[in-house]
Parts: sequence; structure tokens; C-alpha cells
Amino acid sequence: MLLLEKRPVDSTLMRWASPVLALVLTVITGFVLFLAMGKDPVDGLKFFFITPISDLIGLAELGLKMAPLLLCAAGLTVCYRAKLWNIGAEGHFLIGALGASVMAVQLVDHSGFWVLPVVLLAGVLGAMVWAAIAAGLKTHLHCNEILTTIMLNYIALNLLLYVVHGPLKDPYGFGFPQSVMFSDSALLPALIPGTRLHLGLAFGLLAAVAVWVLFARSFIGFQLNVVGQDHRAAAFAGFGARRLTWFAFLIAGATAGLAGASEVTGPIGQLVPQVSPGYGYTAIIVVFLGRMHAVGIVAASALLALTFIGGEMLQIAMNMPKAVTGLFQGLLLFYLLTCDAFIHYRVRLKPSAHQSTKAAVTAAHGEA
Amino acid sequence: MELLTNILAATVVAGTPLLLVALGELICERSGVLNLGQEGMMLMGAVAGFAAALSSGSLVVGLAAAILAGIGMSLLFAFMAVTLAANQYAAGLALTIFGTGLSAFLGAGFVGQSIDGFTRVAIPLLSDIPVVGRVFFDQDPLVYLSLLIFACVAVFLRKTRGGLLLRAVGESPEAANANGLKVLVVRYLAVAFGGGMAGLAGAYLSLAYTPLWTENMTAGRGWIALALVVFATWRPERVLLGAYLFGAASILHLVLQGLGWKSSTELLAMLPYLVTILMLVLLSWNPARTRLNTPLSLGQPYRPGR
Repeated sequence: MLLLEKRPVDSTLMRWASPVLALVLTVITGFVLFLAMGKDPVDGLKFFFITPISDLIGLAELGLKMAPLLLCAAGLTVCYRAKLWNIGAEGHFLIGALGASVMAVQLVDHSGFWVLPVVLLAGVLGAMVWAAIAAGLKTHLHCNEILTTIMLNYIALNLLLYVVHGPLKDPYGFGFPQSVMFSDSALLPALIPGTRLHLGLAFGLLAAVAVWVLFARSFIGFQLNVVGQDHRAAAFAGFGARRLTWFAFLIAGATAGLAGASEVTGPIGQLVPQVSPGYGYTAIIVVFLGRMHAVGIVAASALLALTFIGGEMLQIAMNMPKAVTGLFQGLLLFYLLTCDAFIHYRVRLKPSAHQSTKAAVTAAHGEA
Repeated sequence: MELLTNILAATVVAGTPLLLVALGELICERSGVLNLGQEGMMLMGAVAGFAAALSSGSLVVGLAAAILAGIGMSLLFAFMAVTLAANQYAAGLALTIFGTGLSAFLGAGFVGQSIDGFTRVAIPLLSDIPVVGRVFFDQDPLVYLSLLIFACVAVFLRKTRGGLLLRAVGESPEAANANGLKVLVVRYLAVAFGGGMAGLAGAYLSLAYTPLWTENMTAGRGWIALALVVFATWRPERVLLGAYLFGAASILHLVLQGLGWKSSTELLAMLPYLVTILMLVLLSWNPARTRLNTPLSLGQPYRPGR
């Protein structure tokens, strides 16, 4: 009989093998799924994982989707290291997009190098305020941050819909709920000319570096780790849990807000209702898959960016529902958590009662 | 009077899915397991119920499929959170993300189709009582079912041996285990009950409330139900009260528009979420009281010693 047994020390190998194992299991499940749907599984997996990134344009699109995921994930990493379960990246992202759009529409007749920084800053500050609400509710009113951040996500979405259907709606937009196009000075410059890839990816990579520095080299990163691992030890050491909570939430708000601001000033160029295909939620998977580590989240954000464009590719090439993206993401997280159990536990073969008796009998005979 | 009666009746209808899912989560949390996957299980229930009802032509078959889908999802969660002792927060989130993706995938072919959902069945005599009759006794069968389940859950928790065992496991799994209780089995059953109820709640949305399927049609009700259990301080009567209160909040925008209130639908649609935060604030500002009411082992995995 199989038995789960606690390892004396957590397995470092398993800690890093688990994401790979989860990906393999997801691909196998995908293979079976394609077969069950009567589609060619090899073709399907090729369209999902390889075709989207087989040329420069495709790679640029990957970077384009990576940027918001990486930015959101960087902020969430800071929260999750301290075991603050902030699910609000989606809301921070939407408010970031909203704040930047409001500013960009105000400045639509201006030009100059200062316009873009002001627009981005508006988004970042807006999202930080949004994150501060959840932080304040947690530190001063003891509300569970999971529930408040989720509710704030829904409120942010409705706020964005209100603004795009109301105050910011382009009067000459043929009735479409969208803002006017931003001026060129409010748009992020392209990273690779001729593609849609913009400066947002650089922001994301910088954020990942900042996360690395924070946790590898700074005292506040150390404090966050301690709070996450042992709340009581942190209290004895005099690390202010409130202060750290505020810090983590504000960072998460700033990075996700920058992601939202970069999205409207980058590939979209105006405010539309469907700014986010769920980047803020997917970023949660990125953080877990990336082991809450700077290098890990870069790799994980690339993989999850691929699920977005792979899903679109399957829709076009094989007429499959676009929801395949969400399914892959869900499966991946699911397998990951299952594999993660084996970081702390190992499987041992427990000899059945019958076998052990037999062994004992043989041993007794040997002695005799 | 007529208007008020109609508003109250609509409140009960809007509160019923919340009541169903929150009762399930209540039992689950009383066993010490926090399942954040309510939203995912509800969506799976909604899509399974709709698909089964559409293809079989029977609403009862739809209900059964929804409950089974919810239970199936919850067993996945139980495997991770109970057997493998994984972090319950992460496992629940995974269940919601997985359920959202899977339901959208499975339901892609059903978008835009509709069925004849559950309709109101008046209970003779009782439905003739002024106001109360229309509000509680002239509703669809699932409303009656939800009230019946509520009564069963309340009696089960307070008056039966099973309820006592469940609470014991939630308060102190070690002590329960020392008394010969199979903690993991109790937790599995509690999680499965929660899953079945979430599936049923999802089916209420896709078979009665709005008899159709759309992606993400639960619109955060699974999360609101989680807040509702906190609000109710883990007591069934307060879950009932809270469900109708939240139901009222979620139809308030319709009422206000009916009264000629000029405001944007998007702003009014924020109301249930705002009310949820407000309720959380009112109920959690005093941490001592929260600690007093929370099942002691909530959120902590249990591994039986060998």
C-alpha cells in the first residue's frame, strides 16, 4: 500500500522539478483532450505551443502578453512571500488602465516628452490608492484580504465599464463604448520596430530584477520572508506587520497599475471595456509556478503568455473555443499544487500486513 | 404593497443561490476546511446542469448533473487539500481558476441557447397568506428545496450526533482523532457536501434564475457566499438572513431603476460587492469576536499521526 510520509527536510529538487512535472502532465492531458475531441493531438499541441512563437512577430506578441503578467506577478510575489493573499492584481490593473486613460484623454491636445510619464504615473497612483483600500481594510479593520480584494476587483471592473460607457466615451465613436485615441506623446515607444512589442516588457523585466534585489539584498525583503514563514517570530523580532502589509500592497498596486497603464498606452492606445483578458488572475498562477522567485516568474510569465496566444491560434486554426486558454491555465495550477505536495512529503511503499508476517516467519526460520 | 411584495419575492429568488452555496460552505468550514473554490464549483454546476437539461429535456436530470459536477470538483479539491495537505488557500484558488476555464470550455457550444427553466409553483392555502404567501410559498421548487435544506442543516448542526462530530473535527481534529473519529473521512464528506451545494446553486442560476448559460454567469456569487459565512459567524440562521440581505443588495439596482432613479447600471451593479465589503468591515473590526466564532482548525491541514 502506498503511504505519504513527511520528509525530514523539504526537497529542493522537487521544488524546482514540480513546475516542469506540472507542465508535462498538462501537455499529456491536452493530448488526451484533443483526442477526445476528435482533433489531431500533435497538430493541436503544435498550434498551441510552437506555431505562435515561430517568427519574430510571434515572439514580439509573446513579449507583449508577458509584460502585464510579469508586472502583476512581481507585485504579487512581494505579497505572497509575506503570506498576504492579495487576489486583487486584476483590480489594480483595471484601475491603472483607467487612471492612465483619464489622464491621457485630459492631455490629448498636448505633446512633449512629459506627457507619457504623467499618464503612466496617473495609472500607478490610482492603482496604489486602490490597493491601499485593501491594505487599510486588513490592517485597521481586520478584514480578510482575499474577500476584500476580490470584491474590489468586481467594483473596479464596474467602475471601468461606467467610465468607458459614460464620461470617457468618445462622442464620435459611432456609439461604441471606447475613449478617443490617445495622442502620440502618450503612447509607449516600440521596443522592436515593426512589431507591437513596447516598453512595457522592459518595465516587467525591471520589476523582476527589483524583486530579486528586494529579497536577496534588502532588509525589508528579509522581514517580509520572516513574516510569511513565522508570524510570531516576526512579532518577537519587532518587525511591524502592519507596515509590511502596507508596503506589500502598495508595491502590488504600483506594479499592476503600471501594467494596466502600459496596456492602454501600449498595444491598445485608448480605453476599451475589454482591457484585460484576466491578466491579474493569471499572474497568480505565474507567481506559484515561478516559485515566488524573480527568475522563476520571468520563465512562468513567458509560458502563461503563450497560453493566451496559443488559445487564439487554436481558435483560428482548429476552430476550438478560446476558453482552452483558461482550461490550460487551470490544469497547470492544479497539477502544480498536486506535485508541490511532494516537496514536503514522499511516497513510501508500506508493506501489507500479510507480507510483513511472511517476512517475520522467514527471518525466524533463518535463525533456527 | 403590491410593489413591496414583488420586491421581497425577488429578494428571496436572488438570495436562493447564495443561500445554497453558503450552506454548503458552512458545513465545509465547520469541519475545518476552507474551500475558496466555490465560484469554480458553481460555474461547473451551472454549465453541467444546463447541458444535461438541454440534452435530456429534463430539469431534474439537469439538477442531478449539476450536483454531481459540484461533487466531482470538490473531490479534486479534497484530494489536494485533505489528502495531500496542500495549502487550502492555493488549492481553492486553483479550483476556481480551473472551474472557470473548464466551464467556459465545456459551455462554449451552449452559449445563446435557452431552455424552459423552473417556474413558480404555488403551494395551496399557504400561498394565500398576504405578502408572506407570495414571498415564500409562490416560488419555484428550488426555493422550497433551499429552505428544506436550510432546516436540515440547522437541525443537523445543533441536534444530531453527526453535527456534533463535524463540529468536533472542525474545532480540534487532534482531539477528535484521539476519540477514534476518522478526521479525513469527515472532512471529505463535508467538502463533498459543499461541492454538491455549490453545484446546485450554479444550477439554480442556469435553470431557474436566468435559464441560459453564459461564461462567468455566477458573477462573484461564490465569493460573496464566502463572505456571507463570515458574516453569519458560522451559524445557519444568520446564513439564511444574510443570503436574503445580499439578495436584496443584488436586486437593489433593479428596484431603484423601477422607481425612476436615474443612475448608470454599471455604478448600481457595484452595490452587492460594496455591501459585501461593508458587511465584512462590520463583522471583522473586532478581531477577538472573529476568533471566538471561527472554527478553531479552519484552514489548517490535518495529517493523522501514524
